[in-house]
Amino acid sequence: MAIAPQKLEQAATNGAARINFTLDGTPIAAQPDETILQAADRHGIEIPRLCYKDGYRPDGNCRVCMVEIKGERVLAPSCCRLPSEGMTVSSTSDRATKSQKMVAELLLTDMPNQTASPYKRASELDVWAGKLGVTKPRYPQRRQPANDLSHPAMSVNLDACIQCGRCVRACREEQVNDVIGYAWRGEHAKIVFDFDDPMGASSCVACGECVQACPTGALAPANGVAMIEPDKKVDSACPYCGVGCLLTYNIKDDKIIYVDGRDGPANASRLCVKGRFGFDYVHNPKRLTKPMIRKEGVAKTAALLDPDDMWTVFREATWEEALDLAGGKLRAIRDERGSKTLAGFGSAKGSNEEAYLFQKLVRTGFGTNNVDHCTRLCHASSVAALLEDVGSGAVSNQVEDVALAEVAIVIGSNPTVNHPVAATFMKNAAKNGTKIILMDPRRSDLARHATYFLQFNGDTDVALLNGMLHVIIEEGLANEAFIRDRTENYEALRANVKDYSPEKVAPITGIDAQTIREVARLYATAKAAIIFWGMGISQHIHGTDNARCLISLALVTGQIGRPGTGLHPLRGQNNVQGASDMGLIPMMFPDYVRVDNEGARSKFEALWNAKLDPKAGLTVTEITEGAYKGDIRGMYIMGENPAMSDPNVEHAREALAKLDHLVVQDIFFTETASYADVVLPASAFPEKTGTFTNTDRRVQLGRKALDPPGDARQDLEIIQEIARRVGLDWSYAGPADVFEEIRRATPSMAGITWERLEAEGSCTYPLEHEGDPGEPVIFIEDFPRKGGRGLFAPASYTHADEMPDTAFPYIFTTGRQLEHWHTGSMTRRASVLDALEPDPVISVHPDDLAKLGIEAGDAITLESRRGTLTGYARADRGVQRGTLFMPFAYNESAANLLTNDAIDPFGKIPEFKFCAVQVRKGENVAAAIL
Amino acid sequence: METIDITGGVPLGQAARNVSDGDAGRRKKRRGQGKGRPVDPKALEEVRALLGDEPRRRDLLIEHLHKIQDRYRAISAAHLNALAEEMRLAPAEVFEVATFYHHFDVVKEGEAAPPTVTVRVCDGLSCEMAGAQNLLALLRNGGYGDGVRVITAPCVGRCDTAPVAVVNQNPVDRATVAAVDTVLERNALTAVVPAYENYDEYVDAGGYALLKACIAGERTADDVIATMENAGLRGLGGAGFPAGRKWKIVRAEAAPRLMAVNIDEGEPGTFKDRWYLERDPHRFLEGMLIAAWAVGIAEIYVYLRDEYAAARAILTAEIAELQARAPMPLPPIHLRRGAGAYICGEESAMIESIEGKKGMPRLRPPYVAQVGVFGRPTLEHNMETLYWVREIVERGAEWFASQGRNGRKGLRSFSVSGRVQKPGVHLAPAGITIRELIEEYAGGMLPGHTFYGYFPGGASGGILPASMDHIPLDFDTLNEYGCFIGSAAIIVLSDKDNAKSAALNMLRFFREESCGQCTPCRVGTAKAVALMERDDWDKNLLTDLSAVMMDASICGLGQAAPNPYLCVYKYFPHEVS
Repeated sequence: MAIAPQKLEQAATNGAARINFTLDGTPIAAQPDETILQAADRHGIEIPRLCYKDGYRPDGNCRVCMVEIKGERVLAPSCCRLPSEGMTVSSTSDRATKSQKMVAELLLTDMPNQTASPYKRASELDVWAGKLGVTKPRYPQRRQPANDLSHPAMSVNLDACIQCGRCVRACREEQVNDVIGYAWRGEHAKIVFDFDDPMGASSCVACGECVQACPTGALAPANGVAMIEPDKKVDSACPYCGVGCLLTYNIKDDKIIYVDGRDGPANASRLCVKGRFGFDYVHNPKRLTKPMIRKEGVAKTAALLDPDDMWTVFREATWEEALDLAGGKLRAIRDERGSKTLAGFGSAKGSNEEAYLFQKLVRTGFGTNNVDHCTRLCHASSVAALLEDVGSGAVSNQVEDVALAEVAIVIGSNPTVNHPVAATFMKNAAKNGTKIILMDPRRSDLARHATYFLQFNGDTDVALLNGMLHVIIEEGLANEAFIRDRTENYEALRANVKDYSPEKVAPITGIDAQTIREVARLYATAKAAIIFWGMGISQHIHGTDNARCLISLALVTGQIGRPGTGLHPLRGQNNVQGASDMGLIPMMFPDYVRVDNEGARSKFEALWNAKLDPKAGLTVTEITEGAYKGDIRGMYIMGENPAMSDPNVEHAREALAKLDHLVVQDIFFTETASYADVVLPASAFPEKTGTFTNTDRRVQLGRKALDPPGDARQDLEIIQEIARRVGLDWSYAGPADVFEEIRRATPSMAGITWERLEAEGSCTYPLEHEGDPGEPVIFIEDFPRKGGRGLFAPASYTHADEMPDTAFPYIFTTGRQLEHWHTGSMTRRASVLDALEPDPVISVHPDDLAKLGIEAGDAITLESRRGTLTGYARADRGVQRGTLFMPFAYNESAANLLTNDAIDPFGKIPEFKFCAVQVRKGENVAAAIL
Repeated sequence: METIDITGGVPLGQAARNVSDGDAGRRKKRRGQGKGRPVDPKALEEVRALLGDEPRRRDLLIEHLHKIQDRYRAISAAHLNALAEEMRLAPAEVFEVATFYHHFDVVKEGEAAPPTVTVRVCDGLSCEMAGAQNLLALLRNGGYGDGVRVITAPCVGRCDTAPVAVVNQNPVDRATVAAVDTVLERNALTAVVPAYENYDEYVDAGGYALLKACIAGERTADDVIATMENAGLRGLGGAGFPAGRKWKIVRAEAAPRLMAVNIDEGEPGTFKDRWYLERDPHRFLEGMLIAAWAVGIAEIYVYLRDEYAAARAILTAEIAELQARAPMPLPPIHLRRGAGAYICGEESAMIESIEGKKGMPRLRPPYVAQVGVFGRPTLEHNMETLYWVREIVERGAEWFASQGRNGRKGLRSFSVSGRVQKPGVHLAPAGITIRELIEEYAGGMLPGHTFYGYFPGGASGGILPASMDHIPLDFDTLNEYGCFIGSAAIIVLSDKDNAKSAALNMLRFFREESCGQCTPCRVGTAKAVALMERDDWDKNLLTDLSAVMMDASICGLGQAAPNPYLCVYKYFPHEVS
């Protein structure tokens, strides 16, 4: 076919210097690599654009941004074209204007009714057509496609599609979910999901990035909310995982109508399905709005109470009455039975301020260190190993460092599901050449982007990692200088891993020796290598050993202390990092000062003006056991749900039912509330202001967007009311006031001011002095241990507590799924999330299903030595044969009925990831209790 | 908040379990399978068997799709999904590629697979002038039953034997219902390979001596490039970029440098590349290897349109022969198969297709000489350009430059079709006029036909009236008339034809072949056809459309697409007044 002659010689050559050119008669100095459009924006010259979106790769397909370049045969797209020295450009010449207007007219021609978008206020096409003076299109309209309303969260209105491909770039290049395609060609070219499937039936993970990207509303949030003008917009953060995405709540009539991703340092405007569409739990009619007191004479049993029946057991109370009973009884137990009989569970979902006050209340009011939270169930073992070996429990590098890494190991972590936005940055990095080594017994979506995927046998982490250490040392790939200058106890490690040749561990792990050698070499010889891990590492009785091996990998190769190198345990809850930082753990005060450290304790005694217990308190699992045995008599539980989240949960429920006094503070009538004496209605995330620390050590501000419903109160107020009733004289004016005290208690955050948080939204600690930039990478010079050296802690391969046998032949492992958060108390009450995953599903390999004679989608019953449940079988080729996986969010079939409560000796974390079950065809799945 | 019907979704503010209860089937599917389409184990086995040991690299996607289409005569959703899994691609990535190309029949669950036999009737202009529409109607009413489907196809590159029907991969020249019936009866579904000069014959006649001499150092790359420059050979795909200069430019780029040979000859009326390939393939291959030697090329990609099944058989066999027997080391040569997309003749679209993607042209700059196949500097040539290299180097630049007529230099291979006595490829002096070409080479007009007008450069090059029969046909000479010679595809119209319907035929072609990437072309070609199908053409609307298409389209397709109707306004005003 004919192609006009190309001026190869004239190809732009751009140096580092500024490019001087003329745009619409104005002399402009463009920065290197800046497009004409970007330079124009900087100089206040407005050029229309539709397929262009800030932050996205410019694609140059809509052609509404055309400009005329002197001496060129045709017009050029200003969004893609870089200016060259001396170029003369016009965005307003007759030719340029003609094309701009014609493009707008042609696109408007094919809009519904050839006029403003009915799907989105201020559609970008409408705005630009208006500015260009294009009103009534003159051309015949295309045949319009039908709308696709199959998805609970989004509507697909391709009659408003201008084929700009922003959604394709959103799905494929930003989020890398790779669901949207642009199929067929010419006038038939069409945005499709998978194989042109209905969106709701496709592999769409509903991150909504496409909706955020669409200029016309062709992809829009469901329910027509994009046509509603919000009363206000509140910049805040996401209440779910530890990634710490910043977002904006759009409020109309005191309701959140939709959520936009905000350009936060951890999310670059991206969100996942929970952050974007999982917000309406706050408006669920079953929110708690009144304080409740257990009716006299209603005995506690281990059975769960349906929230619909809660008034049969509880009665409404005034706040005064409820608080008096709640606090008064705690005080009485303390006074009568001693501080040791009280305990508190704070929440990793609450703010730093709440966590700080909660632990201060337990320590100074209850007089005990029996305070803990769900970190015990997630990364306690990782933190134990990190504190032991490198002296700090936090991440060494931020997630975004994956872009700087040549190699990234992701082990025991399913980030596309559990840290979806962090996963997008990993996938972006993979596309840019970072080699991902994914190691996991279960194949996740990240596997497709990985250079290596090692589907090793569950429970064999130590063998596999020691095998890698063996190769590194044996092949001379160890970083001798780093080992000499910055570590100790290397000889012990060397001696220990001698016994773990790849050939020896291959049959144990199921990974061939050659692969183990290759990945060990790849990791050791990379210019920069980072390790991400999750619960697959930590939730074992050898979780601390697993983490020790990862730390040894980093120390033996010196892959730590530089950008793009390091250790990153991906934190689960939005504030699990902060809650631990605040001392919401039994062995440490804020900033990880051990309670048995005499000097430090006196500092806190002075700060808090109280006598403090020098002995470490009990952990979550120990407190539960204490309650069961009668050692613990009274508890205050804020925002935690042990009646769902504890292992061997039937036992935990029995324990809770035995308490003399249980105060539950939450936003819903949770499973744990079944066992309460007093239930206090609290505030949801968007109803309060506070700081939250994400997995990257970024302290970020969540802002109040709504009032709590009914008589529900802010958690910070409730904690203080309880404190007053146990005899503390507190009067904090609000979160900013508490934060000031946190700065004094926590030297690593001392430089962060409330004003700076309000201005910047996010600060990375360590940030010790006001004005410091914060330290995204730590361990650059030394480790915060005595002597400054990192410690090699050799680990030996051991089995799980309960191995499969003939009676219980299958391995059972638990975790989360994309749509549901932990125990489901929020997400199962969020309309979209519930619609997407309404049922308890158990992932089974299709070959196992065939063997069992169970059809995918049918009921399946699992039984362990501790309990029985029935759910629906989901065929999943990602799980290994002989292994079943289940999320623990479903109270009608609670995975934790089956799990084993054996714990890791160091982190005291239960073995959620491994127990033995037997499997059979199921009958009925119980109804959810919501 | 009230739920509005057309906006879908679950009502907010309450858990939605009751809402989804309504759709039990979907809910069970979601329970049992999760999101998306599970991989069917049987389909996966079948796909693995088809792919064998071949690499699963992304750039081989189209090759692998061909394997499925060839074997199963269609690509089922199950196979497509299995292929995605096997190649570690997302479903959408394979689907959008498979549906971009006309020769892949994607069949979703519940849809009927196409019949095993497909009769494609070429509806290119030359075939249409030779009665293709009538043939199509007869075949569609031919009572072939469910085993045969009859569809149209864009120009299949056999315009000298119009009308043409292609039965699966077997072209039927001068097609009639009877001829098609015979082919169907014989179940002759593959192309007949014509006699051609094979490797031994070519070598016996002195072939590859020049290449050997070059590699042996008897000639320098500088000398060969100078010869090419002095000969004035220009790119014969249509753009006319001086070949020698292109070699120099690419040679100056950083290694590794790649080469891409364009044999996606799809411009309606053009069939010269096929003509040469089916007769003397090694002359082209030797030219290609000389160019690769001179420029320092690491690997060569040859992109052949899928319609040329016989040429594919020849090239497959002869490249294998050459690689096995050549007395000198050769760079790897990859033969890639198009899949029915005119746009892949556009150089950057072809590169995208070589990389296993949709054939959507890239924005330039950067030019392919700098950023081409797999992001590497790339020497891209039309097949015929390379075909002339050996003869020019052997006979000298002077020989080539001394050819020509009417002040022009060199030779052109004209693909002549339409109302002439001897349609075919005619090697004639550059600069020859249409009148001279018809009289001296094409045997004059068909009996009973009077010369009325002509397309000087395929679909894109415009239409000129018989009165403008004095213009030398060459690069640059037609520009002042709003036309260009392109690939030298000459379609001759007679008094039995009219320019208006010829222009509509071409615009329909552009509409079908537009890749759909940029607004001016995607929307513009569709609107132009809609306007031109009306009895009265709206000059204002068509003129406005041409402005944005010519000025703002990404590639030559959209930029040149208005040429046919603009020429009707300019040179055949009586037809539209």
